[in-house]
Amino acid sequence: MTAQEVVFTLLGAVAVGSAILVVTTRQLVHAALWLVVSFGALAGAYLLLTAEFVAWVQVLIYVGAVVVLLLFGIMLTRAPIGRMPRGGPDDPLDSGNRWAALAVALATAGVLITTLVHGFSDAVIDLKAEGGGAEPLGASLFRTWVLPFEVLSVLLLAALIGAIVLSRTDIGPRDREGRR
Amino acid sequence: MHALYPLVVSALLFSVGVYGVLARRNAILMLMSVELMLNAVNLNLVAFDALWRDRLHGGQLLTLFTIVIAAAEVGLGLAIVLLVFRNRKTVEVDRLTELGEARRDPAEARRGADAETSAEPVAAAREGDGP
Repeated sequence: MTAQEVVFTLLGAVAVGSAILVVTTRQLVHAALWLVVSFGALAGAYLLLTAEFVAWVQVLIYVGAVVVLLLFGIMLTRAPIGRMPRGGPDDPLDSGNRWAALAVALATAGVLITTLVHGFSDAVIDLKAEGGGAEPLGASLFRTWVLPFEVLSVLLLAALIGAIVLSRTDIGPRDREGRR
Repeated sequence: MHALYPLVVSALLFSVGVYGVLARRNAILMLMSVELMLNAVNLNLVAFDALWRDRLHGGQLLTLFTIVIAAAEVGLGLAIVLLVFRNRKTVEVDRLTELGEARRDPAEARRGADAETSAEPVAAAREGDGP
């Protein structure tokens, strides 16, 4: 076990452990904060896999934007803040099918890990710091991948307009008399 | 580094996300679990980029694209959740069963009728939103 593998194991344990806390915690705000820990550990994993630009984008967008957006969502839906008592069928956090979900998740993990172990048991990643920085990625993005990049900008615009239309109350479908 | 380390971590993250989507009832917690699954995919993409040393950096750039699409998805998803909350006063996904088959016993049907009458003023308020 090399030093890289040890560090990656630690980061992966942090990422998976905090992900488990995200899906099991009884406090909504804590779920969002554990999500920060999980995404941070994943950014460390990206750094270890020599993808430094992706790591910083992960920190900026996921930890910076997405988690803040989720916290806003928690507050705007007047979610119960604080520890929720574990309450049977009317539990606002967990639905009743926890054991079925656990079975499906374990089956998914079993299938995926078996497939991966069979397929990549002798694959070794040769980690050399190159090609993960902003310069090679930018050159590749604006030469080879420029068309998907532009399509992505249109997608972002569509998502922006969609979010505005959905969340404004004074624009909506006309009623029957044609008034707005 | 052996390639199985990142791949196993991403498989575990994905299945944790699957558990979250299936077991949670609050729509925002489901969105968080979907983010976990997307992150598992991102870790896979970066790991395979490093494994096969793609000259065009397809894995890392696809990761960037996935991150952007996930940000757009969570923005739209939260807008939809907020709209559902404004109209229904709940974000518990398995309570939103208006489009399901009518398969209720009489007691529940009475309660459902109550819910429908209580949903009326919300709809009226929604129509009355405009000037």
